[in-house]
Amino acid sequence: MTDARPVREETVALSDLLAVVGTLGGLVLGLVLALQSSDSVMAFHGAVFAAASLAALFVVISKLFKDGSLAGKNYKPDVSRYNDGVVKAATIATVFWGVVGFLVGVVIAWQLAFPALNLDLPWTSFGRLRPVHTSAVIFAFGGNALLATSFYVVQRTSHARLAGRWAPWFVFWGYQLFLVIAASGYVLGVSQSKEYAEPEWYADLWLTVVWVVYLLVFVGTLARRKEPHIYVANWFYLAFIVTVAMLHVVNNLALPVSFTGTRSVIVYSGVQDAMTQWWYAHNAVGFFLTAGFLGMMYYFIPKRAERPVYSYKLSIVHFWSLIFLYIWAGPHHLHYTALPDWAQTLGMTFSVMLWMPSWGGMINGLMTLSGAWDKLRTDPVIRFLVVSVAFYGMSTFEGPLMSVKAVNSLSHYTDWTIGHVHSGALGWVAMISFGAVYCLVPWLWKRQNLYSLRLVEWHFWVSTIGILLYITAMWVSGITQGLMWRAYDALGFLQYSFVETVEAMHPYYVIRATGGTLFFLGSLIMVYNLWRTIRGDLAAELRPELQEPAEAMRPVAAE
Amino acid sequence: MKFSHAIFEKNSIVLLVGILVVVAIGGLVEIAPLFWLKSTIEKVEGMRPYSPLELAGREIYLREGCYTCHSQMIRALRDEVERYGHYSLAAESMYDHPFQWGSKRTGPDLARVGGKYSDEWHVAHMNDPRSVVPESVMPAYSFMGRRTLDASDIAETLKAHKAVGVPYTDEMIQNAKADLEAQANPDAPGAKDVALRYPKAQIRAFDGDASRVTEMDAMIAYLQMLGTLVDFTKFDAAGPNLR
Repeated sequence: MTDARPVREETVALSDLLAVVGTLGGLVLGLVLALQSSDSVMAFHGAVFAAASLAALFVVISKLFKDGSLAGKNYKPDVSRYNDGVVKAATIATVFWGVVGFLVGVVIAWQLAFPALNLDLPWTSFGRLRPVHTSAVIFAFGGNALLATSFYVVQRTSHARLAGRWAPWFVFWGYQLFLVIAASGYVLGVSQSKEYAEPEWYADLWLTVVWVVYLLVFVGTLARRKEPHIYVANWFYLAFIVTVAMLHVVNNLALPVSFTGTRSVIVYSGVQDAMTQWWYAHNAVGFFLTAGFLGMMYYFIPKRAERPVYSYKLSIVHFWSLIFLYIWAGPHHLHYTALPDWAQTLGMTFSVMLWMPSWGGMINGLMTLSGAWDKLRTDPVIRFLVVSVAFYGMSTFEGPLMSVKAVNSLSHYTDWTIGHVHSGALGWVAMISFGAVYCLVPWLWKRQNLYSLRLVEWHFWVSTIGILLYITAMWVSGITQGLMWRAYDALGFLQYSFVETVEAMHPYYVIRATGGTLFFLGSLIMVYNLWRTIRGDLAAELRPELQEPAEAMRPVAAE
Repeated sequence: MKFSHAIFEKNSIVLLVGILVVVAIGGLVEIAPLFWLKSTIEKVEGMRPYSPLELAGREIYLREGCYTCHSQMIRALRDEVERYGHYSLAAESMYDHPFQWGSKRTGPDLARVGGKYSDEWHVAHMNDPRSVVPESVMPAYSFMGRRTLDASDIAETLKAHKAVGVPYTDEMIQNAKADLEAQANPDAPGAKDVALRYPKAQIRAFDGDASRVTEMDAMIAYLQMLGTLVDFTKFDAAGPNLR
């Protein structure tokens, strides 16, 4: 691979200058906040920001020194190679944040079963930890999986090195900084209390900067491509990046109470805020957790199965219809509320229509296995990828069902919604990410294979059983509670007090927490397996010299 | 000339613009009209901005993530209206930046919890929920009673709300700190002014101790006013309720 276009000297100098000035600016800003703010959390976050900027400044200066840029020598990026360093870092971050997010989820699940586990402390109460869990799994685990795979896929399918010398690393570390500020803020009581948009104004502003650079790196890499066509996975990644930018900026418009304080006031109120929020939140599902991960599906399934994508036409039709329809679905979170009826009906109608493009994606993913179905049996990594698509199909059928007003009047406000979210988040998002990570690690670290496929099998079954326990418990508890709320006795009075319905949930909360614990344990198996893979170990089962010849497994071709 | 999808596939900027156009439509159609339609911006008699103490309580509600388990939106369904009271009106959350309708009822809806329980019950419930509701799974918030309310930026908070459209007057902003303290102490000289500036404001030592304003005072002041501003004995869904 060679890059036809040489990187211009001025561009290199400008980007170096930006890197130095930017980190210096961050250092000053952080120090000012740390020393000036009377808000202790803001002071803490200022210190974190200053420390991160200082570390970045140190790295930038030492790199510039090492390659001789400071002595006037021109830095020439090795454009003949892919930038895999940042992909490796994001892959490790995916696994790290996954474990953190699952663990916090397990903790809060047990808190609901046994409330004494809240410890009667502000920092460990359910209300503060729940956003830590949701942000850690969606934005930290899911976000890093998307960073890692999008940077990997856009390079491979464009035959071009990632654009920018510092920019990809800025995106990676800037994003981690956002996550640390957001999560530590929740624990310390900083939240704007909009679901899945809890980070306060300053974290939101920082994420906006990071996200714009992410978009520039992605589009810049596409612009360098040597393939005439942009591969389908990249359409989905691009839609995810662009739309999330739009949603994030519009939903988080807020006026800070003070520029040295953490609190802000959202510009919208009441009905308008509700509609904007669920427009945002449902499309966090649609674009963060769906479009981005469909991008993953379109690269890793064909690659791992060594089969072409099933239908090119289907991918075009389902791409455009999916991104068009998804945006309308938000109001189904607001059925029978003070939102006008026409908006609710629109939300319901588009949600039902959304079933079709969703299944278009599922069909395209599953049918890619045509002619390679045997691999489901022999390759547990393929099984992760394919079962995730099956879960995707299931949740995208359940979603439209729950968006129907009559069904929603029962399911809304209950655990059924929580179960639905987790069949999507654990079954689809997490499983396809596990599959992608199991592919990526041997490819990136140039290992012949994973350390152990048997451990992948264990991970698969432990987490699958965990998911099934989780979602079935939540179906039963959700429908039970919904029915109890609306039950009348023979005299026409409400049959149950609210607290009786809480009491009835207890056994299901225990089952759910058990399922979640299994899922968490599965992720620990993955950590061990990946650790041994990176070390370069190979389990006995994969070493042909230790096997009967007939039992030797065909090694999976490295990228 | 026949249209070809290749134009999107061969030009990243065209693809980007195409995506932006397609994803902008739904939000524009569903969100924009809500800022003009009568049913979503109509004013209802009785609605007023939160008093400083209530607003401080609401800030604690936001900080602790109460929305993760409690809704504030009674749907227009028979069992909900019988369990919680009149269905929620759009106008009732018109000063809520952000809205707190919630999405999950691990605990009950709080849209009209005001006046349903005594202050003493709330104090006991916050300190140890299972002392009054044995089956409850709510975390305990005993620290609220021990913490003095930090209201140093209450005037700025009111000012920020005014800037985004909540009709706080300059007088309200000037007196924010005094009003906040007076509402938790019925013997304070400014207590009468609180009632004048914020009709229906409840003025008393919510945590039972008038000597200092705690987070518990603010939290209970907020909970006790929820859903109490609109008088539903006079409200007529079809008629004019405009003030």
